[in-house]
Amino acid sequence: MIGVIDYRAGNAPSVGYALARLRIEHELVTKAEELDRCDRLILPGVGAARATLASLAESGLTGALQRRVRDEGAPFFGICIGLQVLFEHSAEENTMCLGWVPGEVRRFDDSLRVPQIGWNSVHLRRDHPVTADFPDGGYCYFVNSYYAAPADPGVVLGETSYGVEFCSVLAHENIVATQFHAEKSGELGLRLLRAFAGWAP
Amino acid sequence: MLTKRLIACFDVINGRVTKAQQFQDNIDVAPAADLARRLYDDQIDEIIFYDIMASAERRMIDLPVVRSVAREVFVPFTVGGGIRSTDDMFEVLKAGAEKISVDSMAVRNPKIIREGARAFGRQCIVLSTQVKRVGKRDGIPSGYEVFIDGARTPTGLDALDWVRRGEELGAGEIVVNSIDRDGTASGYDLEITSAIAEAVNVPIIASGGAGTVDHIADGLTKGGAQAAIISSILYSPRLDRNIGVRELKERLAEREVPVRPYLEATA
Repeated sequence: MIGVIDYRAGNAPSVGYALARLRIEHELVTKAEELDRCDRLILPGVGAARATLASLAESGLTGALQRRVRDEGAPFFGICIGLQVLFEHSAEENTMCLGWVPGEVRRFDDSLRVPQIGWNSVHLRRDHPVTADFPDGGYCYFVNSYYAAPADPGVVLGETSYGVEFCSVLAHENIVATQFHAEKSGELGLRLLRAFAGWAP
Repeated sequence: MLTKRLIACFDVINGRVTKAQQFQDNIDVAPAADLARRLYDDQIDEIIFYDIMASAERRMIDLPVVRSVAREVFVPFTVGGGIRSTDDMFEVLKAGAEKISVDSMAVRNPKIIREGARAFGRQCIVLSTQVKRVGKRDGIPSGYEVFIDGARTPTGLDALDWVRRGEELGAGEIVVNSIDRDGTASGYDLEITSAIAEAVNVPIIASGGAGTVDHIADGLTKGGAQAAIISSILYSPRLDRNIGVRELKERLAEREVPVRPYLEATA
């Protein structure tokens, strides 16, 4: 059973619809105790880092996520803001984040059109079970004004270019995350979600 | 690289997509969820859904229809029409939309843009504008005026002033919808589209008037837009021939417009 973290600033229903299309058993979870019956977790995101973290804290989910993912090793998939909050710090409203992955989140240069909105190509930097069916250079849907800069290049699974080469897919131990919206990237995004559902890190 | 987007626009009445001409004379096309499914299978980049009667009828967007579309499409999905508050926005997002389009309501109450951006992030707030060429005059230095309520009500706002204000307030994208060109298949209004693209730094979506591949290519190059709203060309019964998404993209690529390539089906 996949638990999709459902908090005010997220878009859990869209992720739920994608999993339903794939006939993957899932539920939208809003309370800490519900996380225990999920063997893997997805943290969707559409809003700002600060609002996301505040919303998680308000629902009492921060500690439970930490325990399930970091202590008990449940496979975890972060999407968009769900990738950015994994780092130590975000330049967005100068926000301290979860710190599960060393590194920081920076703003795109304003000489570009920000936010980046649209389909951009993802270049795979190594092999990973979650991207096994994903074609190198495949296009996915991005909406972001900020991007992750991991301290350890070893966690970068995919990269995308928008003024700068940035980490668009991350894999670190039992954690994977995409800067793009896997649930809104058509067939290629659905492939990643399907692979995640069967992934045994 | 970041590609240009083709966005299918649905003007929805009672759960069915309709097609208007200059915001009038809507004719019936298909149930929204059926058309959404067909266009998703055809690899459209994005869908925008306007509940075009919600605002006039002073009611909330038809959420069951939003849900029925959201279940069919795994590409971004924007919803607009009758949004009055962040609570309304929350309901629409919960129904499966990614983005909220605000239009007439944002002119009446601009702070809804700021409140929406604060609550859900600016990428979530699409400012749709209905603009009409009225000629340069006092208060309208660009020669284009913003209209609301299905192009019926002039606002006295200059198009460029309004989009700059919208960006400041937190809009993450701006739709430039030409009232003069809507449903005419005579091409986007490139003059105002490019002027708005110059005026703001957020992505611009050209809308109103695309009838040929060249019109779309022009909007995405000369018009300076990052995305093009299309509807007639895809499904209007008024046109002799509709063109599918795949063919549109192949022909845009021939014109060196970067688009997301068609993904061949795999076993």
